[in-house]
Amino acid sequence: MATLVQAIRMALHYGETHLGVKDIFGEDVGPPLGGVFTATQGLKTSWNSPLDERGIIGAAIGLGLAGDRCVAEIQFCDYIYNTIDMLKLGGMQSWASNGDWSLPMTVMTPVGSGIRGSIYHSHSFDAAMTHIPGWKIVMPSNPLDAYGLMLACLKDPNPTMYLKPKALMRVRGQEAIPGEPPLTPEGERQLKEMIDAPLGDRSQWKPKWPEGLTDYTVELGVGKTVRDGDQVTVVSYGRTLPLCAQAADSLRDEGISVEVIDLRTLWPYDWNLVSASIRKTGRVLFVNEDTEVTNFGEHLIRRSIEDHFYHLEARPRLLAGAFVPGVGLADPLEMASTPQLGSITEAIREVAAERA
Amino acid sequence: MFQLRNGGMILKEILNEGPRLRPKSAGAKLRLEPELLKRIHHTMVKSRVLEERLIRMYKQSDGYFWIGGPGEEAFNIPLGYLVKKGQGLDYDFLHLHYRSAGIMTTLGIEPIDALRQMKNTALDPFSGGRNFSNHFSKRAWNVVPISSTIETQYLTAIGSGIAHKRHGGSGITIVNGGDAGTAEGDFASCLIWSSRPGNELPILMIVTNNQWGISTPAATQHGEKSIADRGKAFGIKTAVVNGNDVEESYLALQDAMNYVRKERKPFLIEARVSRLYGHSSATGCNLITEEEDCLATFEAKLEAAQILTRKEMDQIRENYNTEMLELSQKVKQEPLPDGSTIYDHVYAGQKGRYW
Repeated sequence: MATLVQAIRMALHYGETHLGVKDIFGEDVGPPLGGVFTATQGLKTSWNSPLDERGIIGAAIGLGLAGDRCVAEIQFCDYIYNTIDMLKLGGMQSWASNGDWSLPMTVMTPVGSGIRGSIYHSHSFDAAMTHIPGWKIVMPSNPLDAYGLMLACLKDPNPTMYLKPKALMRVRGQEAIPGEPPLTPEGERQLKEMIDAPLGDRSQWKPKWPEGLTDYTVELGVGKTVRDGDQVTVVSYGRTLPLCAQAADSLRDEGISVEVIDLRTLWPYDWNLVSASIRKTGRVLFVNEDTEVTNFGEHLIRRSIEDHFYHLEARPRLLAGAFVPGVGLADPLEMASTPQLGSITEAIREVAAERA
Repeated sequence: MFQLRNGGMILKEILNEGPRLRPKSAGAKLRLEPELLKRIHHTMVKSRVLEERLIRMYKQSDGYFWIGGPGEEAFNIPLGYLVKKGQGLDYDFLHLHYRSAGIMTTLGIEPIDALRQMKNTALDPFSGGRNFSNHFSKRAWNVVPISSTIETQYLTAIGSGIAHKRHGGSGITIVNGGDAGTAEGDFASCLIWSSRPGNELPILMIVTNNQWGISTPAATQHGEKSIADRGKAFGIKTAVVNGNDVEESYLALQDAMNYVRKERKPFLIEARVSRLYGHSSATGCNLITEEEDCLATFEAKLEAAQILTRKEMDQIRENYNTEMLELSQKVKQEPLPDGSTIYDHVYAGQKGRYW
């Protein structure tokens, strides 16, 4: 039973052996570290770059334009902000050239709170990223999707942004990745021994990749209903998605039926799935942990109103991160800054209880 | 009062390895073959007249903005002739800035296409009416889309440089930009990434130094003796050339490109050039007579060497004047892009408001 970060690593291995990935690079991405979250350990095409985020994005754009598929990592999304104009540049290569060029490239970066990362290791990036046209944007919430979404990114002819919820990196999934060892404690230990680099001297270590890894791909733009319900629709992604599912499970005992949708792809997003659910429930709550002002969820609320004003039985809501410059380090500060199980459960309860 | 100070001076300097160019003779004898000199002259005139037509179009309200490179022809046309043109990693990749009409003219663009981009017509092949003049893009020749952002091209060049290094062969990455843009950290990034020990990249870094940053004299912002000196700290071979001298530019570029093609390592070349019509239409785009005109300088040499007569050169210019005028009149009749196309090509293979 792979963790989310192991799933990413296996997907990248599949990419470099089957999908033409030639470079996986960034700060501490290559040996010996293999990424600060170990996402790139043991990969044959991984290498370390200078500590230069603008150079990393620029190099990725140049590689993509030259026809070489790459995956570039920004170590934490908090450090991607000085590349904003490079992201804009990458997103416009096709459009600005009137379709003459396309830019296949993938950038991945850890996002969000949950590791007590303080001001510069806890930020989210989905709000800012969804302001940049030309990119496809994904954020998985479990290992199987992490694998399938990565393969989708590696096959796409456009720039793709892969947001990694750092709080879920060590979380194991309930669904097996095709080819991974059995979903048992023994299987977990076996996979760890196969693909996790040992502590200490790693100079002689080589991974032993599962031989049965497949082309399992999650189509970009396709969400997933993870809980069926008929009273409230909850739409989320990344770290807050499992919390929403957990809240839905507990509210079932209170007689509240909650449908939970994992958006998985932020752009292009699965509006058909969301729209159908809103038609059914008449109530919708969007949950994510980026700061609430000009949040991506606000766009989804706007579409909900435009498309479903006469279907709605309650005000559409957004539960998001506080509009503060960063996530404070102290535990009460982080808890108060970003949605947690308690605040999500309460928000769903309120939406469900609002009189039509 | 700050003026360009390189008029007539030879600023040739090959650093690190000593002089690599043949010394210039004191007399009028030219060092390149007459036929090549004629071709270069012909293309210089073509590029200059094209640029002047673009400026006229702007002034006649047949375009919203002009920016370009008249005054850089003595450097850019030789550069264009030395490019290994084609698509893919067997050929050179070009990460250019917006003063590169001379290079593109030499590579063989149709002048009418540059006029179309000025007029933002639907037939503009470089951007479909979306971008400013002289913002070229041509995948068939590895010319990546030119951006108005100064210096980001020094970052994207890193990527094709890596791809070129891996691919092998003789294709190289060429990147150019102005002197003012070197203040951006992106220029330093290119120096660092292209000179990583054991991973040096085949990138020809070019800085065309006109000694201005829009309206600000370089001397008020830059303390370095030469921009090329910055390459020394990274062990990068460098040269400073008089970009107003055709032969010096050609030979220096040939030398630098041969080095990059063969050694697969970077080279930084700084060309001192003129800016004959100011920064852009934002500063009036009027002829600045105090700056050296490289075309006039070159024509005087050609005439003195009896390679071309004044009458022949005048006729060449007149022919292009007539041609460009006719082309611009044709372009004025062409349709503008339809507003319904704004979502086209945001994504490869897709279009539409939300998808």
